[in-house]
Amino acid sequence: MLGEAEPQWLTEEVKTGTTIIAIEFNGGVVLGSDSRVSAGQSVVNRVMNKLSPLHDKIYCALSGSAADAQTIAEMVNYQLDVHSMEIGEDPQVRSAATLVKNISYKYKEELSAHLIVAGWDRREGGQVFATLKGLLTRQPFAVGGSGSSYVYGFVDAEYRKGMNKKDCQQFVVNTLSLAMNRDGSSGGVAYLVTIDEHGTEEDVILGNDLPTFFDQ
Amino acid sequence: MEKHYTDSQVKGVSTGTTILAAIFDGGVVIGSDSRASMGGEYVSSKTINKVVQVHDQIFCCMAGSLADAQAVTKAAKFHLSFHSVQMEHPPLVIAAASVLKELCYKNKEELQAGFITAGWDKKKGPQVYVVSLGGMLISQPVTIGGSGSTYIYGYVDAKYKPNMTREECMQFATNALALAMGRDNVSGGVAHLVVITGKGVEHVVVPGDKLPRFHDE
Repeated sequence: MLGEAEPQWLTEEVKTGTTIIAIEFNGGVVLGSDSRVSAGQSVVNRVMNKLSPLHDKIYCALSGSAADAQTIAEMVNYQLDVHSMEIGEDPQVRSAATLVKNISYKYKEELSAHLIVAGWDRREGGQVFATLKGLLTRQPFAVGGSGSSYVYGFVDAEYRKGMNKKDCQQFVVNTLSLAMNRDGSSGGVAYLVTIDEHGTEEDVILGNDLPTFFDQ
Repeated sequence: MEKHYTDSQVKGVSTGTTILAAIFDGGVVIGSDSRASMGGEYVSSKTINKVVQVHDQIFCCMAGSLADAQAVTKAAKFHLSFHSVQMEHPPLVIAAASVLKELCYKNKEELQAGFITAGWDKKKGPQVYVVSLGGMLISQPVTIGGSGSTYIYGYVDAKYKPNMTREECMQFATNALALAMGRDNVSGGVAHLVVITGKGVEHVVVPGDKLPRFHDE
């Protein structure tokens, strides 16, 4: 047929409109994310893992433009490898966050991605850093992505300092579930990564195993 | 040289706001913050009451353009008092909500206001209705509105339980408003709460320093 328009998703930018969260607990960190990648109104990947490793015990959570976020994560992964060889030991979480911040700040006009960096190192234990628009700040917890607005109130009310690992994982899953219910750009499954001195655990929680609330 | 318009000249006085209403066992709580801002830069009132009484046991909360909301509630109050004289008994909550809905729907091009109506009547007990910007009317057990509401969707979804006691519901509403005021820069001031039951109406004002504090405050 003459003049048939091509599907919208071919021309829309691919974004991980998303919900990402990282929380420090007593002895480590838990990172969580949803799994939806959208291009305009279409979901182009419903099972993407947005928690990307930067080093054995340092992960980052991606949000914003998918391409920008993935590129930053890959560049920092490389830079961290070089750095850890130079110092002869595992890098600090702060170093990884600083490398992400340097890229975000230098190219802040061109890039539109926000990465949350979290991990465990020997010196400071579990740490979470936010790097929005080139700022570097350590926080007890950080949320990001389009779905995060809906859960600020919940996280403010429910966060407690010094939670144990299991409570922290449950808290992250609850928060992700609430955000995925309200945000059109977040959904799918929940990915979790728990990092402490003993190692790194990756987990997936499928849609029907997510917690439900009074109206579901 | 470009002319610089401040937001307040373009938007007028708007209630960047947080409003909510929730049903508990035997009644309903409706509440709001108290800040009126002009374009997000200037707080024109710290203590405005956004909970308006439209009849003895029916209240509504407004969000959006303050001028539109005041005009619509005034018209609604008039319609309702006339209606209750004709019917010879107090109006139903759904009647109040429908009056607001008619006004919002018929004038949807010019108006920019949304409402939460809450009240108690003999037929159905405690009820909460939402009239959205375009004039849709729905009934919900708990509802939030205004710019500050985005931040508390997660909290309300997680913490609201049907058939709470009055004290639990008051605590829930106060916490939700405090959390929203903490994150939204155009919501703030005091928390106005109105509790409506079959027995009557009670106003509670929670001043800023008595609002619940959370881990980072």
